[in-house]
Amino acid sequence: MKLQRKNLLRATALGALAVSGALVLTACGSDDNSGGTTGGNGGKTSAASNIKCDDAKGQLPASGSSAQKNAMDLWAKNYMAGCSGVEINYKSSSSGEGIVAFNQGTVGFAGSDSALKPEEVADSKKICKGGQGINLPMVGGPIAIGFHLEGVDSLTLDAPTLAKIFDGKIKKWNDPAIAKLNSGAKLPDKAIQAFHRSEDSGTTQNLGKYLGAAAPSDWKYEAEKKWPAPGGQAASGSSGVAAQVKQVDGSIGYFELSYATSQSISTVDINTGGAAPVKATPENASKAIAAAKIKGTGKDLALDLDYTTKAEGAYPIVLVTYEIVCDKGNKAETLPTVKSFLNYTASDEGQKLLTEAGYAPIPTEINAKVREAIASLS
Amino acid sequence: MASTTPIDKPPAPPVALKRAGTKSGRAGDKVFLGLSKGSGILLLVLMASIAVFLTYRASLAVSRNEGNFFTTFDWNPAGDPPVFGIAVLLFGTIVSSVIAMAIAVPVAVGIALFISHYAPRKLAAPLAYVVDLLAAVPSIVYGIWGALVLVPYLEGPNLWLDQFFGWTYLFEKTEVGVARSLFTVGILLAIMILPIVTSVSREVFLQVPRMNEEAALALGATRWEVIRLSVLPFGRSGVISASMLGLGRALGETMAVATVLSPSFIISGHLLNPGGGTFAQNIAAKFDEANEFGRDALIASGLVLFVLTLLVNGAARLIIARRKEYSGANA
Repeated sequence: MKLQRKNLLRATALGALAVSGALVLTACGSDDNSGGTTGGNGGKTSAASNIKCDDAKGQLPASGSSAQKNAMDLWAKNYMAGCSGVEINYKSSSSGEGIVAFNQGTVGFAGSDSALKPEEVADSKKICKGGQGINLPMVGGPIAIGFHLEGVDSLTLDAPTLAKIFDGKIKKWNDPAIAKLNSGAKLPDKAIQAFHRSEDSGTTQNLGKYLGAAAPSDWKYEAEKKWPAPGGQAASGSSGVAAQVKQVDGSIGYFELSYATSQSISTVDINTGGAAPVKATPENASKAIAAAKIKGTGKDLALDLDYTTKAEGAYPIVLVTYEIVCDKGNKAETLPTVKSFLNYTASDEGQKLLTEAGYAPIPTEINAKVREAIASLS
Repeated sequence: MASTTPIDKPPAPPVALKRAGTKSGRAGDKVFLGLSKGSGILLLVLMASIAVFLTYRASLAVSRNEGNFFTTFDWNPAGDPPVFGIAVLLFGTIVSSVIAMAIAVPVAVGIALFISHYAPRKLAAPLAYVVDLLAAVPSIVYGIWGALVLVPYLEGPNLWLDQFFGWTYLFEKTEVGVARSLFTVGILLAIMILPIVTSVSREVFLQVPRMNEEAALALGATRWEVIRLSVLPFGRSGVISASMLGLGRALGETMAVATVLSPSFIISGHLLNPGGGTFAQNIAAKFDEANEFGRDALIASGLVLFVLTLLVNGAARLIIARRKEYSGANA
């Protein structure tokens, strides 16, 4: 009797397993089918939007910066809806990994928060036959300085004060340096808890570049991906830092603006020395990127950001993500797709989507050159 | 399928099968021998290949390290020059595990004794079940609970410790910051290793020969004296091996530590300060953004953890082997 019951149980379990297994199998099957049937229809212009598919077809593997992940997801979704038979596969990992993959020739393009270094350009010549890797600025974004201080809703800081806070030189919220920039605010006698990223990050590097350029005497560290200053507390990922700032009273941290808006964390206005303190918004970040000079030569459009800009309404702590491609010698099978997809991301429609996702569009003047460069890719 | 063979009947010993001389029995015997031998060999091959892989990749990284692998207080394999060292990780791993053991082992022994010797039977079974259930909670859940509940709630106790026990140096809090410290990690790890230490200890305490206990009672011993004279000496080696199992888990715990700790490359004896790091936490935190060389460096630190765990297990075996002759239990 006991034995029978056990067998019955086992049979039921087996049955359940078989059913769920079959479900999984059919799920995979249907995926393959849709891929197979629509595979041949590439290269048509979609009626729904202005996406030009041209000769785009097949898979486009890409990889790199996680800072532009949300933008890429949005673009890829819209693009694939417009151009059937194309699959944009952006693996969001890190800038460094994207560049490594690009120089190994395994991806069509890479995304990176900083332009290629000279030795990386040298490496890229092996993959780009007769050409080299170039940087196309595609996504801009403000790095917000978020803070959490009971009783204080808005706060203005300048680069030297910010540098001293993150370096542990200013320890209290009622420090005279902060009070001077915020006349009228009731600053409590509370310790400042500064949070930074625990892992290597392009966001850290770009904040370091800003502090080093705008407050050279107070921030003497190299702008690296690893957090350089001693002290402070660490959290993993922008989401981790934002979560800590949200939770801890008396805290300050840095992350992409979208994290601040989604969790309603107050952000610091930056006193650039211009007429009025500047808020962290996508529009203000675009204004700061507009002050950048192109330092790349030829088709390379690497930007030299002007972190000390005093232009009205320009928010100086910005991050620009580049798409990295070969100027000549792109792989024949992915070239049409790369051109078509990047054409879309650089188009007015593509750039307009950025603001919706908390990013900043690339200013028109630079964007015009990006489009030119994309058109001439070969 | 195995379900067709009767379960209640014990399997006949192989010798008997050979004597019986039936063809199918012999074939089955051979197949089973092959399978079990194969499994044993597979295990050895697996362990060896893990060791070879770790050593090879680690040697690649260590040979290019510009710092000292054992004494550098930094982890920057992507830097120029690349430097990384395991000192901070070794310190953090050992300190957090020791804190965990110091808290968990006495509590676990207490729970085990209560379940095996004090609790009424109606209470003992559900209690044992609940303790075992603690082991079924995934470590990331402990991590989230630790970060969202334990850390904010420990702020008060931390201030208290600092105020009244600051003189011990260990509990002096010199830096501001929430309780994302090695001490908090130790408490969390203690909760995580509690079930394994408890259930193994409980099993051992239940195995104490009834005669020993009754003899002690007959001599007029109180219940506490029975435990002290017969249960604890008998169960000592079992408790030690249970603790070592727990220590193994504490040394390698990854997600819970990574979620709670505020990592930094500093060695500080002030346990309440945020900062420090452990091997597993550092690997989890750095792996995503690391390049090829950075990954090799992380693997090198993994090798050290591997060796550390082997040493701990070896030490446990030594202790148990030495005590075996004094007691009946050798778990």
